[in-house]
Amino acid sequence: MTSTPRTTPTGTTFTRWLGAAALVGIVWLVVFGLVLSPDDRVQKEGVRILYIHVPSAWLAYLAFGVTGLSSAAYLFRRTRSMTWDRIAGASAEVGVLFMGIALVTGSLWGRISWGTYWTWDSRLTTTAFLFITYVGYLAVRDLGGTHQQRARRSAVLALLAVCEVPLVHFSVKWWRPLHQQESVAEGKLSGLMLFSLFVGIVSFTLLYVWLVLHRQRVLALEDAVDDRGLDAALAARRAEAEGVAS
Amino acid sequence: MKQAPFVISSYAITLSGIGVYVWRMLARARRAAQQVPPEERPWT
Repeated sequence: MTSTPRTTPTGTTFTRWLGAAALVGIVWLVVFGLVLSPDDRVQKEGVRILYIHVPSAWLAYLAFGVTGLSSAAYLFRRTRSMTWDRIAGASAEVGVLFMGIALVTGSLWGRISWGTYWTWDSRLTTTAFLFITYVGYLAVRDLGGTHQQRARRSAVLALLAVCEVPLVHFSVKWWRPLHQQESVAEGKLSGLMLFSLFVGIVSFTLLYVWLVLHRQRVLALEDAVDDRGLDAALAARRAEAEGVAS
Repeated sequence: MKQAPFVISSYAITLSGIGVYVWRMLARARRAAQQVPPEERPWT
């Protein structure tokens, strides 16, 4: 039995520096987003939600993309490793967190811009569907079976689920919903507003890497605990059988 | 300042959501690490 009461058991020097950088970035984001950046001419103060809403949505796309790639790497025989499965699971979990944040912050922004928290337009509906799909993916990961069975079935599901990401992203172009078009691509942001968004994207991306590194190590620890429990149960059963035989 | 409560709520929900997730993840790490020896942690 080993105990590490003071330090984080999944931490390394690299993750500590990364975590510190992400934390500094988030403090910057709050300062720029809430204090330094100016109000928008049309959206007034409501534009400040953009600096967390857009990075959250971006991060969810990134996370689900990484889940898809890691799942493909697991299914490909030459690169098959449980590490890919754990990265896929960790990234999906972080993606669900940030997709949830994007939905909630978007809903609050919608209340300001449209006068309602929710409307069934194509962007919001496809985003909600994507969120539910990945909650389902996490539920499938928790079904019983060996670690290899878990990895195989969730990898197949992840490759199907990732096909929804372009559907969500291009929904604003294909169906012209109430949701606004891409502000950055259309050059609607500049100066401090654009810089605040940039700070949000960079700090959330650093946070994402930090979270996935830690979460996949936690999954590795939990898999090891499962294996040790199984080994102990098998040893107990063998000892019991030998006792009966003698 | 009609929009301020929505803006501040957005930041509060985001930061507290991330904080709770990190806190739970590190608690799970500490709990699992008590049952796994350091030699089974290749990142250390």
